[in-house]
Amino acid sequence: MKLRLTLGAAAVLAAGVPLAAHADVAGDVKQQCGSCHALDHDYAKAPTHERADRKGPPLDYAGNKFRREWLYSWLQNPVRLRPAGVFPPAHVKPSADGDVVDTATLAEHPALDAAQAGKVADYLMTLTPFDTLIKAETYQPGTIAQRMGQMNFGKFKGCDGCHQDAPGKGGVSGPELYTAWQRLQPAFISAYIAQPAAWDPHTMMPVGDANTAAVHKLANYLKLIGEKQP
Amino acid sequence: MKTLLLAATLSLASVTAPAASDSGKQLYSVYCTQCHGVAGNGKGINAAQMAVQPRDHTDTKEMSARTDEELFKVIEHGGKSINKSVLMPPWGGNLKDDEIHALVGYLRALCCQKD
Repeated sequence: MKLRLTLGAAAVLAAGVPLAAHADVAGDVKQQCGSCHALDHDYAKAPTHERADRKGPPLDYAGNKFRREWLYSWLQNPVRLRPAGVFPPAHVKPSADGDVVDTATLAEHPALDAAQAGKVADYLMTLTPFDTLIKAETYQPGTIAQRMGQMNFGKFKGCDGCHQDAPGKGGVSGPELYTAWQRLQPAFISAYIAQPAAWDPHTMMPVGDANTAAVHKLANYLKLIGEKQP
Repeated sequence: MKTLLLAATLSLASVTAPAASDSGKQLYSVYCTQCHGVAGNGKGINAAQMAVQPRDHTDTKEMSARTDEELFKVIEHGGKSINKSVLMPPWGGNLKDDEIHALVGYLRALCCQKD
């Protein structure tokens, strides 16, 4: 069962109080992160509308998903990756021009110091329940021409409906993808594009019909645009 | 014996009972509002960046021209399946048939059961 953290505890963490040195990191992560992030896969058994209660992305498969060096860096300097939050409908307000993101409702992620970030990143990288999905992945990073990649991402596959492939360009309900390559393991990128619901049955990412070669092309485009980022 | 059978059946039912199902409105909120808008008017947060505007589900005339079967098909297989935009993705891999039926029912309420 996920533990729920109070806002007060989050504020304490944000203020830089170190994780208890003597406590085991797993317990600390459960206590400090578990209010917003799932650390087990129980959500998969709940009705779909549990999705509306999420405050942060699930971390139960963090070790199969993230790059350790990115986690270490981001935890010290967290920046928003999802312009409309983890559950966009909760952060939307109507306007004359249509729905807009109500940024006042978006919470900031606490920043950790380097020592804390290292411990948490190391722990998260041990959460690897989906090793079999990663091992089954055949993706080998390659190249793709910018124009072809862009057309594939936009016109042909419609990924830009929800994701940005450059700052300010594309939909805002999904996480930005121009930084996905630095953030995510290549095999995860490919495996998740191909079968997002195998990772998270309540994902808002559609299970598309792209074949393996097309998935790898999309992954190569994320590599191309990601490597151009500072 | 009958009592035993009933007890066994009840016990099995409690183990295999599915989680409470989602309503069409709840599913619409999770999967559709980003593009079709929280009010279903086609003006979701993604719409401003789109080359093709999402369908206004509150448009009674437009929606009345679509059969339930067509709505089911476009949700299951995406816009391409009815020669519309790829920006409407296929949700058949995410949703079960009964969930798509629930969504179709909610679309009918949105478009055509106004106060």
